[in-house]
Amino acid sequence: MAAAAPLCLLVLLLLGPGVWGQTEPPRDSLREELVITPLPSGDVAATFQFRTRWDSELQREEVSHYRLFPKALGQLISKYSLRELHLSLTQGFWRTRYWGTPFLQAPSGAELWAWFQDTVTDVDESWKELSNVLSGIFCASLNFIDSTNTVTPSASFKPLGLANGTDHSFLRYAVLPREVVCTENLTPWKKLLPCSSKAGLSVLLKADRLFHTSYHSQAVHIRPVCRDARCASISWELRQTLSVVFDAFVTGQGKQDWSLFRMFSRTLTEPCPLASESRVYVDVTNYSQDNETLEVYPPPLTTYQDVVLGTRKTYAVYDLLDTAVINNSRSLNLQLKWKRPPGNGYIHYQPAQDRMQPHLLEMLMQLPASSVTKVSIQFERALLKWTEYTPDPNHGFYVSPSVLSALVPSEVAAQPVDWEESPLFNTLFPVSDSSSYFVRLYTEPLLVNLPTPDFSMPYNVICLTCTVVAVCYGSFYNLLTRTFQVEEPSKGGLAKRLANLIRRARGVPPL
Amino acid sequence: MGLLSDPVRRRALARLVLRLNAPLWALPVAWLERTMRSVGLEVYTQSFSRKLPFPDETHERYMVSGINVYGILRAPRAASTESLVLTVPCGPESTNSQAVGLMLALAAHFRGQIYWAKDIIFLVTEHDLLGSEAWLEAYHDVNVTGMQSSPLQGRAGAIQAAVALELSSDVVTSLDVAVEGLNGQLPNLDLLNLFQTFCQKGGLLCTLQGKLQPQDWPSVDGPLQGVQTLLLMVLQQASGHPHGAHGLFLRYRVEALTLRGINSFRQYKYDLVAVGKALEGMFRKLNHLLERLHQSFFFYLLPALSRFVSIGLYMPAAGFLLLVLGLKALELWMQLHEAGVGPEQAGGTSGSSPPLPATQRVGLASLVAPLLISQAVGLALYVLPVLGQHVAAQHFPVAEAEAVVLTLLAVYAAGLALPHSTHWVASTQAPDRSWMALKLVALIYLALQLACITLTNFSLGFLLAATMVPGAALTKPSGPRPLCAALLVLTSPAATLLGGLFLWQQLQEAPLSPAEGWRLFLAALAQGVLEHHTYGALLFPLLALGLYPCWLLFWNVLFWK
Repeated sequence: MAAAAPLCLLVLLLLGPGVWGQTEPPRDSLREELVITPLPSGDVAATFQFRTRWDSELQREEVSHYRLFPKALGQLISKYSLRELHLSLTQGFWRTRYWGTPFLQAPSGAELWAWFQDTVTDVDESWKELSNVLSGIFCASLNFIDSTNTVTPSASFKPLGLANGTDHSFLRYAVLPREVVCTENLTPWKKLLPCSSKAGLSVLLKADRLFHTSYHSQAVHIRPVCRDARCASISWELRQTLSVVFDAFVTGQGKQDWSLFRMFSRTLTEPCPLASESRVYVDVTNYSQDNETLEVYPPPLTTYQDVVLGTRKTYAVYDLLDTAVINNSRSLNLQLKWKRPPGNGYIHYQPAQDRMQPHLLEMLMQLPASSVTKVSIQFERALLKWTEYTPDPNHGFYVSPSVLSALVPSEVAAQPVDWEESPLFNTLFPVSDSSSYFVRLYTEPLLVNLPTPDFSMPYNVICLTCTVVAVCYGSFYNLLTRTFQVEEPSKGGLAKRLANLIRRARGVPPL
Repeated sequence: MGLLSDPVRRRALARLVLRLNAPLWALPVAWLERTMRSVGLEVYTQSFSRKLPFPDETHERYMVSGINVYGILRAPRAASTESLVLTVPCGPESTNSQAVGLMLALAAHFRGQIYWAKDIIFLVTEHDLLGSEAWLEAYHDVNVTGMQSSPLQGRAGAIQAAVALELSSDVVTSLDVAVEGLNGQLPNLDLLNLFQTFCQKGGLLCTLQGKLQPQDWPSVDGPLQGVQTLLLMVLQQASGHPHGAHGLFLRYRVEALTLRGINSFRQYKYDLVAVGKALEGMFRKLNHLLERLHQSFFFYLLPALSRFVSIGLYMPAAGFLLLVLGLKALELWMQLHEAGVGPEQAGGTSGSSPPLPATQRVGLASLVAPLLISQAVGLALYVLPVLGQHVAAQHFPVAEAEAVVLTLLAVYAAGLALPHSTHWVASTQAPDRSWMALKLVALIYLALQLACITLTNFSLGFLLAATMVPGAALTKPSGPRPLCAALLVLTSPAATLLGGLFLWQQLQEAPLSPAEGWRLFLAALAQGVLEHHTYGALLFPLLALGLYPCWLLFWNVLFWK
């Protein structure tokens, strides 16, 4: 035993430097990506995606050291037992007819939806607190989310990440169509990025250019994903996306040429040193209908071909990092399967309660090819209580946009997606099979004019004067014209006697 | 405001105008689509068709089908919740090509600006108001007039305001603004003020009802001119005819007016740049609105662009007129009471009250019969002309449109025979009291109708009150019967219409000969019926179902036996 002890010590000593010398692989990683898509209308869309992945179980372990993952959001996840969080702030409307299918559309205004863990007991309370906290983090008026604009959809919103149960009572969804998005929302969003706006793709995020566009949408998506192929443990993924559409007509004086500098008034100089991958993709798909070919300068080193949203597309790839260091090819297999639609005609309707909850109408239907389907809802206009009118009642009242979630049959069979290697824009939605792809579209919000009282000053004066006069005059007239006389107490009729009998039985003084 | 300041744009406009000046028998839809697309708008078309109830002889159309073209300028970073409309109605007989050219130039200019917060719809409609009606109905997804149209592919939220533009001649000497809409609806006064502000700013000459603005208010001429303009507006509003394409927008609570370039004051002349600048200014102001226009007046009369008569001033006039009816009714009521038997049913008109013992009161039959018969005549006046046009056209050598008008006149004249058809049911007992009761009912009926009309369309209510009230108050079976009959006939609704036409032409300084007046009267009758069926104008049913039967009651009272 005496000899064994020094030997052990020696082994430890030998091992010690070895462990310390070879650095532990970081448990979090950052990938950033910019996709530039010339749209069919001639405009240019730019989609930024920043994905921070953290191999840590935020909820189980007591985490105190944050490296790339923003601490504010990490604490949020553990405090409110979040399973997924999707927040988007959008200004403008994605015009699908002219711009084609978006990677990820968002409704105009603010949209927030979250899945809570099934350990949460009071979902509504957590939801309320969560929206208030997010309101502070993103400088948005999310604190106006309350029971009157929150719904629990039963079919159209599924978890986008790893999920082992879809009990819809843990889902909350709300839209604020009036929310205006501006730089004050962009700054906190940029601060969540590991490189902030100092290096990498995020130097392009200059507020004055981003808000000079036709469409601006910024979003935060948090979801759990599988850590590796076996999926024994989970990782947390934070995706920050930002889509803008530049109006070629206004910025380019009608020409379809564009450059990074013309769009963002910045050029890319250095990659973010914290990023494990930093790429720019440019859609150079050769559309056959017109003979125009896109020429990209400088010529790309590599191109990337894939089936995106049902069509085969080619992208020119610019890797901002050294190409040798890109991926260590960890593959990931998602467990979630999209359920097949259960035949035609699933309608879920949850009627509103005045001032308590909004209407929710969900319809599942199969649309025949090249047809127009119109869903119309009749509603009645009603007078609100006078305190419920906004300061600008004649502007109208917003009805939230409706959501269309669809599995669209794909023209070209897509390759099974390698979750870690494929670009970020292709891994937004989980794919169940290669024959169809998932899109979610939103309609415009609707502005409805409600009957509005005249809130002008003369009207108020008239109302007040009339009330005062009526009250004073009425009571005075009553007093002056009433004659008072003493009435002899009588035994009363049969009904009164009966009532007194009952009252006596109950022990209450008689009438 | 750099509109058309550079020579390229001005040349482009000149080319457009040249292209558009070619005779247009149909809207050059493909060309318009291409042009709108090239200036960067989202372009959509809408086809519509409508079979009129009978051939429209003034506009020479019967089976109408056309295509509306509209382009939407999408405001950046806005979610298409609000929009403004610039509409140019085109038709085979109204060559509005200048306006189309100006609209396209404005669209090209607007497209390059970044300050838009509301989408702007540039709409070219075919067949004047029919196209506008089809487009508006499709936009709001309603069908009120039986128009068949294809659904709209592109929408842009709630329309906040609309401006219709009509430039019929190459030379524009002044801009005339028209505010009267369908059924006498008016846009918010602020929209008019906005227009006037930009007219003054751009030094444009603006007219109202085609009349120059009076300059010297202190002297006699100014107010006199103002009264003329005011009368023209009252007549125009009373007709319920939309005085331009904007008139149909008002139904959907879209504040709208029509700007009409006219060429009648030779000493002034403007190029289109000045008009375009005024329009651009108006659209920028409207674009900045946070709420709909709601602060100012919706009910007003205009003696001049810068002066208006508010509802508080003119309403008492109508109120006093109606008071005459009320007092007269009260007097009759007292007389009936003094006679000892009170007609308890005086308030409830046509036998809605339960039958009471006949000895107590005036016979119910003597009241119900004239009421029912006069209402039936009114119904016939409303239904028969359109329903029986084919029968009439088969049996008589007249066209359908003529048949409608002649049937209208025939039924109207036949109604005058009512006293001879009702006197057989008139009760023999107490004839004196029964005519009083009938007149009492008629007076209340008339007062109620006129009050309702005055509240919605003051001009119509006031004109009808001013003509019908004296006759109604004076009518009684005793006294100078021929004089009273002449007065009643002269103040019947049809005579009022004829008089209104003569007054209108007189004020326009184009007096009519009697033959011309009669032709115009027949055309106006046909137009009134047509507008009811195509746009939903309410004047025809109001007169046929409401006021004419009421007038017949007084006629009946006059010839009571």
